[in-house]
Amino acid sequence: MYDVTIIGAGIVGTSIAREFAKYELKTVLVDKENDVSNGTTKANSAIVHAGFDCKPGTLKAETNVRGNALYEQLCKELDVPFKKIGSFVTAFNEQDLAHLKFLKRQGEANGVQGLEILSREEVLNREPNLSQEAIAALYAPTAGIVGSFELAIALAENAADNGVEILLNSPVTAIEKTPHGYRLTAGENVIESRYVINCAGLYADKINNLVNEPYFEILPFAGEYNLFDRSTGDYLNTIVFQPPSDKGKGVVALPTVEGNFLIGPTSDGPKERNNVKTTRKGMQELREKGMKVLPDFPFHKVITSFTGLRAKTPDNDFIIDEPAGSPRFINVAAIDSPGLTAAPAIAEKVVQMVKENHGLLVEDMDFIPSRRPVNRFIEAPAEEKARLINYDPRYGRIICRCENITEGDIVDMIHRNAGAETIDGVKRRVRAGAGRCQGGFCAPRVMEILAREMNVDITSIVKDKKESYLLTGETKAPAKEFV
Amino acid sequence: MNYDLVVIGGGPAGLAAAIEARENGVESILVLERDRELGGILQQCIHNGFGLHTFKEELTGPEYAERFIRKLKNLSIEYKLDTMVLDVTEDKLISAVNTLDGFFQIKAKAVVLAMGCLERTRGAINIPGTRASGVYTAGTAQRFVNMEGYMVGKDVVIVGSGDIGLVMARRMTLEGANVHAVVELMPYSGGLARNIVQCLNDYDIPLRLSHTVTEVRGEDRVEEVVIAKVDEDKRPIPGTEQVIACDTLLLSVGLIPENELSKKASVEINPLTGGPVVNESMETSVPGIFACGNVVHVHDLVDWVTEESCRAGKHAAKYVKGELSASDEPIRTEAEDGVRYIVPHHIQKDNIDGKLTLMFRVDNVYENARIVIKNNGETIKSVKKRHLAPAEMESVKLKAKDLEKIQDGTLTVNVTVEEVVAQ
Repeated sequence: MYDVTIIGAGIVGTSIAREFAKYELKTVLVDKENDVSNGTTKANSAIVHAGFDCKPGTLKAETNVRGNALYEQLCKELDVPFKKIGSFVTAFNEQDLAHLKFLKRQGEANGVQGLEILSREEVLNREPNLSQEAIAALYAPTAGIVGSFELAIALAENAADNGVEILLNSPVTAIEKTPHGYRLTAGENVIESRYVINCAGLYADKINNLVNEPYFEILPFAGEYNLFDRSTGDYLNTIVFQPPSDKGKGVVALPTVEGNFLIGPTSDGPKERNNVKTTRKGMQELREKGMKVLPDFPFHKVITSFTGLRAKTPDNDFIIDEPAGSPRFINVAAIDSPGLTAAPAIAEKVVQMVKENHGLLVEDMDFIPSRRPVNRFIEAPAEEKARLINYDPRYGRIICRCENITEGDIVDMIHRNAGAETIDGVKRRVRAGAGRCQGGFCAPRVMEILAREMNVDITSIVKDKKESYLLTGETKAPAKEFV
Repeated sequence: MNYDLVVIGGGPAGLAAAIEARENGVESILVLERDRELGGILQQCIHNGFGLHTFKEELTGPEYAERFIRKLKNLSIEYKLDTMVLDVTEDKLISAVNTLDGFFQIKAKAVVLAMGCLERTRGAINIPGTRASGVYTAGTAQRFVNMEGYMVGKDVVIVGSGDIGLVMARRMTLEGANVHAVVELMPYSGGLARNIVQCLNDYDIPLRLSHTVTEVRGEDRVEEVVIAKVDEDKRPIPGTEQVIACDTLLLSVGLIPENELSKKASVEINPLTGGPVVNESMETSVPGIFACGNVVHVHDLVDWVTEESCRAGKHAAKYVKGELSASDEPIRTEAEDGVRYIVPHHIQKDNIDGKLTLMFRVDNVYENARIVIKNNGETIKSVKKRHLAPAEMESVKLKAKDLEKIQDGTLTVNVTVEEVVAQ
């Protein structure tokens, strides 16, 4: 019997799992995929928003501003890259400018600190690559950039370090009520649990409908992105939003916390829940919209493109509630933007709901808020590099040539809790294969390391999802006379 | 550590440069190679056709490499394997790392950059669709098949008709896969004529010119690709789409010189080649830092890499001995009509011993054309060519009597068109 079962190991599920790990509870985190952080969390803008574009009084406004305030400490505890670089919303005409003033008032109503409208001169002074057509910008100093999947992975790892069980490859296909709570069928597991927290992202309505009356529907909206080579990583100093429009925040241009540059997303939907393909139309749209703000940007330096799906609902607010007739079943659904920013606050809120409705929880005095530090060989100073190689010579063997990731870095990420088991799992954790050759050189080596460390045959190593096999078998055996 | 010459990269370029430098009197040489063995990408090129110019015989890639590796060992040139160079400074301080020496630094009098190139990826050419597995660059697939001993798929489409793609079309076929098509965006092949014949025609693999892949389909693994014909602006023509069921897409869509270290050393990069600006001695904009092979510009044949790298090694030796004149760039080369780029980019005449080789690529397919070399507008040399194609590197050798005629200023190369075959 578990106290808490969390369905979905994206940023929301992992945040909640780690929050519950602070209490004396038996918690399990289940996910249908073969890795944590493998849905919307791995394909988004990775922005920690300031919180000026949420309507005051909404759950989005509340959790965005609170979540933003929690980020610095959280990323420090979990050794996850985070930089508070601030954001600009640009204005190109008087109408845009009027909207900036509205956003500023709205942000202030939400409690966002430090908002300022900057003059054209000041904006171009800070961002010389920005279009000369810009007339002003709303500056939000509290906006930041983070490694979104790195954070979810770190949260899962830290939750597991503190006793949370993680069950992967376990799609929840049935939920029934029992006298003490719920019984879930999750892949090969049958889980009895007092509480169920539904953080199933794009599938949250389906999970709800397994046991409750339908009361919301998830509409997946596709957002395409282009990711650019490291050499463009300093093209902007801040996050730059398009002039405001009805279609959400629009296409954003930003340096990523890993040192690349990102432009996106488009917004197209509703789509099928697995439709993460990129399109020619989307790429053209990104180029057109990107050029409006950054007219001279070197678009040919793109290294990869990807599509993320956002779990929208027509109401345009998060759903965080206990459906009628289902005590101790909490839906945390429709978490589209600013979900990444809000996640730490959503986690606090969910734990608070449990406390309020069902009595106090006992704090776990053994809770350790930090995970084992990540060594990141290439970023270490010379003496530290020498120390690492001395400690484990595999830190002296570079596997990923583009990002300079060592075998030591990779092996460490395989053997942690919620560790890497796939090529993309390694990439998301240590960036091996995330550079300009996109794994061309290192994929064979990473596969060899994964197979060795997990003691499996190399042909069973997959790129990402379960059926994404890479090798179909051995080559023909040599003729007898050569053996 | 101190060395007279450090060569970064132990592929064909680095090996030839190191050997030539030793034969020209440099005693203290160190070759740094990031892979587990010397020879570079040649080790996975198990087909033959290497060495026709250098050795007048047909060798496989590993055989070609082996001749240089043996020579390097016979000359007792030092090398370190499994060693990654992390940084090179303008003052030739090299930081590197491996499992045996840990993190170490070397001060060199001269450096040869020979890091080679990398393959252009799906992301770089923006092929839309899902992110299924089964999309490989041809070189990665070649490594899996030829070195690791694993097949990467059974039903294959190849995009781009670069030489590695063509060679892999044959290789995959020989290993029992079905290669359904080689799809080329341009109206002409990106690979050598002999590879079209020996790798595609001999195995009845269709080459679809003026076509591109417009979509990759398949949720986890590639299930099919969509190809379409393109118009003159290389845009897919609606209505010409064709779906090919396959589990694998190989990409042979170009190679990019790998110059991250060159940039760290403040070496000037030419935007057309993607490699360092070099002079007649294969010296970069930083005195004493030389470059050769695919790090400078992408070659078609390894024989030309060897020739160019010998030049780099020889002049690096001169530099170490203080015999190389500093270059003040008195003669600059300029690509004119029909020519994409020229290597070297500038010339210091007194450093040339004997002859000067100009290497370049043309921008289209030409039949019965002339390559014309002019100095400040005056024709120095004119060579008749029956066939010119972008896939093949061209070169013209200027002998002592030609060089005598050349004055300071510009040296231009153009293709004088008699007949254009394809636009």
